[in-house]
Amino acid sequence: MSTCHSVENATTIDPRTAERTVLVALAGQPNVGKSTLFNLLTGLNQHVGNWPGKTVERKEGTFTFNGTTYRLVDLPGTYSLTANSAEEVIAREFIIRERPDVVVALVDAATLERSLYLVAELLPLPAPVVVALNMMDVARQEGMRIEPEVLEAALGVPVVPMVATRNIGAWELMEMVDRVAHGEVSYEPRFPQIRADHREVLGEIEGLIAGYVPDPYPQEWVALKLLEGDREVTRMMQGGMPPEQWEAVHEVLRAHDDALVAVASGRYEWIGRMVRAAVTRPRVGQISRTERLDRWATHPFWGLVILASILGLVFWLTYAVGTPLQDLLDTYVVGALADLARAGLSGGPEWLAGLVADGVIGGAGAMLTFLPILVVFFAVMGMLEDTGYLARAAYVMDGFMHLMGLHGKSFLPLFLGFGCNVPAVLGARVIESRRARLLTILLAPLIPCTARMAVIAFLAPAFFGSAATLVSWGMVLLALAVLALSGVVINKAAFRGQRAAFIMELPLYHLPNWRTIGLLVWQRSVAFVRKAGTLILAVSVVVWVLSTLPGGSVDTSFLAQIGRWLEPVGRLVGLDWRLMVALLTSFIAKENAIATLGVLFGAGEGAGLAETLAATFPPSAALAFLTVQMLFIPCVATVGVVRQETGSWWWTLFDVGFLLVVSLVAGVVVYQLARLGGL
Amino acid sequence: MATDSRGRPPFTSRLGQPGTVPLSALRTGERGVVVQLAGGRGLLGRMTALGFTPGAEVTVIQNFGRGPLIARVRDARIALGRGEAGQIYVRRRSG
Repeated sequence: MSTCHSVENATTIDPRTAERTVLVALAGQPNVGKSTLFNLLTGLNQHVGNWPGKTVERKEGTFTFNGTTYRLVDLPGTYSLTANSAEEVIAREFIIRERPDVVVALVDAATLERSLYLVAELLPLPAPVVVALNMMDVARQEGMRIEPEVLEAALGVPVVPMVATRNIGAWELMEMVDRVAHGEVSYEPRFPQIRADHREVLGEIEGLIAGYVPDPYPQEWVALKLLEGDREVTRMMQGGMPPEQWEAVHEVLRAHDDALVAVASGRYEWIGRMVRAAVTRPRVGQISRTERLDRWATHPFWGLVILASILGLVFWLTYAVGTPLQDLLDTYVVGALADLARAGLSGGPEWLAGLVADGVIGGAGAMLTFLPILVVFFAVMGMLEDTGYLARAAYVMDGFMHLMGLHGKSFLPLFLGFGCNVPAVLGARVIESRRARLLTILLAPLIPCTARMAVIAFLAPAFFGSAATLVSWGMVLLALAVLALSGVVINKAAFRGQRAAFIMELPLYHLPNWRTIGLLVWQRSVAFVRKAGTLILAVSVVVWVLSTLPGGSVDTSFLAQIGRWLEPVGRLVGLDWRLMVALLTSFIAKENAIATLGVLFGAGEGAGLAETLAATFPPSAALAFLTVQMLFIPCVATVGVVRQETGSWWWTLFDVGFLLVVSLVAGVVVYQLARLGGL
Repeated sequence: MATDSRGRPPFTSRLGQPGTVPLSALRTGERGVVVQLAGGRGLLGRMTALGFTPGAEVTVIQNFGRGPLIARVRDARIALGRGEAGQIYVRRRSG
């Protein structure tokens, strides 16, 4: 911790008398421990939402330090500030437009040069930067010795060493932030400069755009971003300049369209000068723990074995912990509440008791019973991400996922979909590329979840006897084949076949931080209940009403009328109206299909129903029903989270419509083929 | 020949100059120095931000001859697809 800053006027004028909230932005590359530091500083006093108009998570918290109230905004983790992704634009727009009093740049001491790249991008922006040099312990383990004072002297900005996971240095960091915010520290950063061979052209561009740069943007920064070919800045300047003037700028840019590499090289040359004196490596060439572990974890064969074992463990955990809890909640909380409501409303009209007990409590219950499984999945995903393993899983699965236009990181969320599609959609957040994330979300409902497998497990033996296992496996394979095919098609049609470049960091392994994971689980669960929950509840009530009114029984309800009205469509697939109604009610929860069939065939849910069904429908229709059921519109909970995660009704409805068409077409094909085959 | 996102040829013209090989050609444990980068702006932006710039020293940590590979650059381990690694031209370094 250095104390070499000149203290100006600290005794004569106290700026603290003007009481106000100090705005601090927390910036940093991915995997530098930003969440840990954010949680450390704000505790539970934080608010999670989305950045306006974006599906990028925005965390904000408040705390008091030295009598001053601080508002801390967590900027998205990005490697640079060039407009390659929504995250990068959000981070820099926030600093330029909101002008935080201090930007804390969290830097990983173990990958110091690379981490300082973001600092090189932050310094030219109009807010003072304090560098928090995190993971000093890891750097030491990796054989590096870093002298923060030397780095501080070189950079000209405060540098505070810390180990956020062990709460070392946070107090010193805040003390420094406090002093910078109150102008008690002289702030004279040494700015990175463009490589010598491009200095002239940068000046030329600056001259051309002078007077046209819209307000809060710094002119030199805009010129630099133009040279880098930044999409957003180019668009902004093109729109704000007379065409002939822009043409002159464009001419210069065209002649130097290799400048991006020159600008980046300039930043690294600057970084090289900054760290030269501050870092020594007494032990060179030793193999780190991470690289030893990676010999196994990223091996083309052993990596898959390890991944399979971890996934096996995840499912075991889900079934051992999540499912019993789910049953308990269902029986003792949801069931008991419904009974209570029925008893309490027994004096009133029958429909009211039904609405409250089955519609409202049933709907809320469906959402509530999702929670145990979600908590397990969130915890596991958070842990795999926090330890650094997730990137390895993505690495070993990348080749396979590419076949369907997906990213290696899509594998884990999709795989989790076998348990339940809801966490699969929510888990897609780990994918940085927006396009790959969207595609993963859209495809997730095609993964056969346990509820759908339960329907298959009940119906397949009834229809196919000893061939049931074969049929079940066939259904799973069919769903996966449709998923792969849909991936290729949507990718081609909607994203013109582009795929996100596969280039990502494999962070160092480290022990998970339980506090970070706990908060993540809590926040995601709350978000699920608040956002998706409202939709689930609303739809549950509507479907309940449709399946009850006007007569009070499913077989005379509006839903049955819709089913009859849809029968011509159903006939193509070999389904009668009762099977159509079963499909419609499965919208609330997939396992509802069986309950509905039980009511419609007046046979309950036991073996009687299986026999009745087998006697009523030929195998071809049964096969078609299983096919449609497997690929049909996802349950309302999944639709709710698709809406939540895409932030777009358009994509949500597209997904629902797409699955509707795909399932019916597949049903027709299976039905007609089965009939041709004599089933 | 690779093209960028708008279908234009890459703007680098000295690709494959004598003595340089794509990063994907380095075997496990081999080292090299980055000479040239190709690819569209998006990819270039990501590569440079992750530390691949001319002059940077690279060590290949894992390369099985097919599929993605892992390289160490500026103390960080970066996983790259074979296609992406093929856009980074390096000069081999012995020892």
